[in-house]
Amino acid sequence: MLKSKDLLGIKELTAEEINLILDTASGFKDVLTRDIKKVPTLRGKTVVNLFFEPSTRTRTSFELAAKRLSTDVVNFSVPLSSVVKGESLKDTALTIQALGADFVVIRHSSAGVPHFLSQILKASVINAGDGTNEHPTQALLDLFTISSYKKKIEGLNVAIIGDIMHSRVARSNIYALTKLGAKVRLICPPTLLPLGINNLQVDVFDSLEDGIKGADVVMAVRIQLERQGKGFFPSLEEYFNLYGLTGERLRLAKEDAIVMHPGPINREVEIAGDVADGPQSVILEQVTNGLAIRMAVLYLLSGVKE
Amino acid sequence: MNILIKNGRIIDPARDIDGTGDILIEDGKIKSVRTEEEGVKGQRENKLKIIDARGMYVIPGLVDMHAHLREPGFEYKETIKTGTMAALRGGFTTVCSMPNTDPVNDNKALTEFILRKAYTEGACCVYPIGAITKRLLGEELAEMGMMKEAGCVGFSDDGKPVMNSLIMRMALEYSKIFNAPIISHCEDLALSRGGVMNEGFLSTTLGLRGIPNAAEEIMVARDIILSKLTGGRLHIAHVSTEGSVRLIREAKARGINVTAETCPHYFSLTEDAVKGYNTNAKVNPPLRTERDVEAIKEGLKDGTIDVIATDHAPHHIDDKEREFDTASSGISGLETALSLGLRLVWEGVLGLRQLIEKMSLNPSRIMGIPKGTLSEGADADITIINPKKEFVVDSGRFLSKGRNTPFDGWQLKGLPITTISMGKVYRWE
Repeated sequence: MLKSKDLLGIKELTAEEINLILDTASGFKDVLTRDIKKVPTLRGKTVVNLFFEPSTRTRTSFELAAKRLSTDVVNFSVPLSSVVKGESLKDTALTIQALGADFVVIRHSSAGVPHFLSQILKASVINAGDGTNEHPTQALLDLFTISSYKKKIEGLNVAIIGDIMHSRVARSNIYALTKLGAKVRLICPPTLLPLGINNLQVDVFDSLEDGIKGADVVMAVRIQLERQGKGFFPSLEEYFNLYGLTGERLRLAKEDAIVMHPGPINREVEIAGDVADGPQSVILEQVTNGLAIRMAVLYLLSGVKE
Repeated sequence: MNILIKNGRIIDPARDIDGTGDILIEDGKIKSVRTEEEGVKGQRENKLKIIDARGMYVIPGLVDMHAHLREPGFEYKETIKTGTMAALRGGFTTVCSMPNTDPVNDNKALTEFILRKAYTEGACCVYPIGAITKRLLGEELAEMGMMKEAGCVGFSDDGKPVMNSLIMRMALEYSKIFNAPIISHCEDLALSRGGVMNEGFLSTTLGLRGIPNAAEEIMVARDIILSKLTGGRLHIAHVSTEGSVRLIREAKARGINVTAETCPHYFSLTEDAVKGYNTNAKVNPPLRTERDVEAIKEGLKDGTIDVIATDHAPHHIDDKEREFDTASSGISGLETALSLGLRLVWEGVLGLRQLIEKMSLNPSRIMGIPKGTLSEGADADITIINPKKEFVVDSGRFLSKGRNTPFDGWQLKGLPITTISMGKVYRWE
């Protein structure tokens, strides 16, 4: 079982808990390949998706995962809610609790919002991305995907390329991968490297060619297009020129290296289109595995025993 | 009624007094101070209100040169009435109020309003600080002359830096007419923009945007250079970093006209207080590292930092119980400052006399106000401290409307038990 009622981040999990989630997800992955892809496990429970930031894949994935477990799902999208009328986050959360939510899946642009909600709500709070802090279910599905190809995590060389500073996906992956014994390399311009990241057990490269050599896994993270013109890098063209994941550069990694990306992709910015669509890419597999991971998380947090 | 404070340990740095004795108060003024060495004269005690201060420290009322009383405009956070009561509870008998109210105190009418309110509703003395620039926009100088005439004792855009170096230069030049200090909130906004805590490994792991020490230090260096250029009176507000202490120390050694303050949270806490997204530890400048805390203590010890001010920044709970990014910055500081200052004495960082200088005499001198001493004829502003009293900080019992403190639950030693403001006695036990 998980120690906490909430999933706030990978930081808060032990290696055993991560493995438990991954193992549980394998079981649910089998469910998803059946003809009837639904189990009655969490019938009568209510999941509220509380998304303060735009999201397609994460919200849909949580919604579908919750439905596969037979819960009732409510999507609370901010532009239609009282938040635009000035309601505070606390009042919104308490209102949702009063409606009887068992799970609150929260995405917010401010780091720490899930932690704040977890203190005021009895419901289980699941972090679906908070500011530049964490995106734990993304890292879990990435680990699940990696281990399905590589059969292990320990000892693998995983290169993460891109805007590490603003990426909660990168942060969660760094915590998860290092907890399970992978060797993590970060590849980015120094302007996009978060301060003190070397305190985590990672190797930092500002040259993609150096960093990608011999990697088992190559993970590109998104460059948010609004970062342009803020001085982090001179132009998207220059960025692609230095840090774009091209077929030629991918050849420096191990021959059987897999290519990952949390999406949405900017083709020809952080990754060349032919690499994203190529034989080493497991990007769509990540999306599928996301369902199994989120089912596992909901199930484990529910405390329901089957 | 006249008052006799008996047998206390009287400490008045202004007159180099530290000894057991009595203080006689008549008509709101200090009539006489007698210590054992001089021989305590017999008073006709039956006509006096007697305060037995045996075992207590009897010191000049504390002077806070940096507080936000929020009125007008933010009365839901604090009023002059509640803020001055909080001050008294904390041992302060004089408060300088920062001008970032709504409307801003950038003109004489506002200054007069604050003084009138302080006179009718305030519990202790209030000296307003006027804005350096109109509406705190950093664009053109406010009417310092008229504000000074109305009662402002210094000028500051606190809460915001004066980013334009030319405007800052002119402020330092122009304020020389009135011999009033320019109190600088040092923050390079380009470096700090979006930041909500100290920049470092912790901000990285919390996913919060950091503010580097350089954001403060660059402006401290700039203002020292401008003070040298102009000869204007510069006072650096809320020093939080090791580098700032070093820059100020060097400037003083070179004879530049600069003074500086820090606040209790910068010598009592590190950025670790933010862990768990604790918005009560969100403050600007942010809480820094152990290294900075040590440097601040060293700066207090060697006299680089002249003053301990509170930067009392009361906020309503709704402004704090929310997203860390959008929560208001600031700490409600008046009611814990003295006890946190005394911690430095118990730790041996400061002598008792030094602490009293930094919380009473030095701010009075910098602001040019007739406070901070127990001289005969001075206003009877006196704080009596029980140095042995141990207590647990309970923000629920604050007199300030602002309960926002990261010190809730702290066990501290030494507390004001009586505060006398202009001869009026407030007892806290």
